[in-house]
Amino acid sequence: MSHADVAVAMPTALRRPKNTGAHVSTLPMVVPSVGLLLIFSLVPLAATIYFSFLRYNLLNPLVGGFAGFRNYYYLFRDPALYHSLLISVLLVGEVLIITIASAAVLASLFQKQFPGRSIARVLMISPFFVMPTVSALIWKNLLMHPVNGFIAWITRSLGFGVIDFFADWPLTSVVVIVSWQWMPFAFLIMLTALQSLDEETREAADLDGAGPFSIFFHIEVPHMGRAISVVTMMETIFLLGIFAEIYVTTSGGPGDATTNLTFLIYQRALLAFNVGGASAAGVIAIVLANILATFMVRIVGKGLDV
Amino acid sequence: MNQRARYHPVAGTAAWIVALVMFFPIFWMVLASFKPELEAIATPPEVFFTPTLENYQTILERADYLSFAFNSIFISVGATALAIALAVPAAYAMAFYPTKRTRGTLLWMLSTKMLPSVGVLVPIYLFAKNLGLLDTRTLLIIMYMLMNLPIVVWMLFTFFKEMPKAIIEATRIDGASQWQTMIWVLLPLVLPGIASTALLNIILCWNEAFWSLNLTAHDAAPLTAFIASFSAPQGLFWAKLSAASTLAIAPIVVFGWFSQRQLVSGLTFGAVK
Repeated sequence: MSHADVAVAMPTALRRPKNTGAHVSTLPMVVPSVGLLLIFSLVPLAATIYFSFLRYNLLNPLVGGFAGFRNYYYLFRDPALYHSLLISVLLVGEVLIITIASAAVLASLFQKQFPGRSIARVLMISPFFVMPTVSALIWKNLLMHPVNGFIAWITRSLGFGVIDFFADWPLTSVVVIVSWQWMPFAFLIMLTALQSLDEETREAADLDGAGPFSIFFHIEVPHMGRAISVVTMMETIFLLGIFAEIYVTTSGGPGDATTNLTFLIYQRALLAFNVGGASAAGVIAIVLANILATFMVRIVGKGLDV
Repeated sequence: MNQRARYHPVAGTAAWIVALVMFFPIFWMVLASFKPELEAIATPPEVFFTPTLENYQTILERADYLSFAFNSIFISVGATALAIALAVPAAYAMAFYPTKRTRGTLLWMLSTKMLPSVGVLVPIYLFAKNLGLLDTRTLLIIMYMLMNLPIVVWMLFTFFKEMPKAIIEATRIDGASQWQTMIWVLLPLVLPGIASTALLNIILCWNEAFWSLNLTAHDAAPLTAFIASFSAPQGLFWAKLSAASTLAIAPIVVFGWFSQRQLVSGLTFGAVK
């Protein structure tokens, strides 16, 4: 819109319609990145689809040839597929709820003045810099270990006995680790959004007798709305592919309690060497990701003014 | 409420408690890395102990830390530089000369991020093998560049979008070409935005653990592989594992601390109006 305003404000003689507006060829600027991404997402996709129709097992070179839809047939009859989908959804959903709710409260706390605020903020966002393998190791060995872990010591001292986290609450434990890592990310984005709320709005509400809770729910949360949808999309993108945390802590178990779709494909391809079956699962994952992506970008895209 | 009260004691205390709890796991790991093995697993936990550097010595003897660290830095910075070089023109064009397809293209780029890496691992692995790129830094740079390109384009797009359009009009009227306008006029203006995009990208590359573990063996292995080599059960105990972990995350955490101001103001993804 400002585009049109400027054009109108300028003397007609100075206007060069040829050089402005959508007529300029910007194709050379867009093509390199879009083209590369297109090639590198379509070629492996085509290869995965092709493999998914083959009998292809790295351990057994004698088995070969075209499998038709057999890989898909076995996959769809396999309850492991549906279970892994459920785990993926639970993992993403729980982490999203935990991180966004706590980040909203913390953003509200951190935009107030208090001594040592920037140091507290640095400590707060540090988990985001820690690589997933390391954070999984810290939680597994140093904190959640049933015998020597720090949390076991606390629960024992308080008389609650010992919780064997990865045996009794495997998915919850993974959710805790992943939330610890991603909450700072949600916090950073929501804090930035909250800082753009002008102080006068808050002061006016304050003068009108609004308490801290009603300021939070009626002014701050709505103001963070766009940030929340951005965080939801970004985290979903990253959380669907959660792998390292599961690999290090539970290896998908006990049983299949923490096997999400990513981990299921990994097990089929790299542990069972069943390339055909794994590729079929990969195709399912890609189709589902695309369906999800369409919904996600609709929601976020609404706020995205392009 | 007192209007002149600058400090909020309740909010401040709560914020500090949460910050300390969030940081505790990292602190505990660093502490464990300086403990003798037996004290690292002692319950109740030992808070007072004689610090030792023995764990670090063992780790540094067993693995060539500097080579892993160099690979991490080289790959992260290389992939980030490449992604930004490719994304700036695209983001510029999309922000200032949007067409009917711009919105769709941008959202499509983001949706490619949702594709599970594991789904395309086999073909990528086979391509890399045939091209002789397995276990090379070049391969990881390309993979990371592609992996983060959608996010880089999107972030830069939102920064360009915030620039007043009048600037473009004025330079274009002065006879500057597209590329000149972008490089000499707009780039300096969005430099803070580019900086925070680069920061996030470096962090994401540094911590990526799927491609690096599956596509490298030795020559190009970054710190994620360094830590993975120790997490396998091979008689390595917690204190030593903590020392290795501390070595693997120290560079990026310190880097993150120094750049946090930039991150706090820059990570908006267009969410701030």
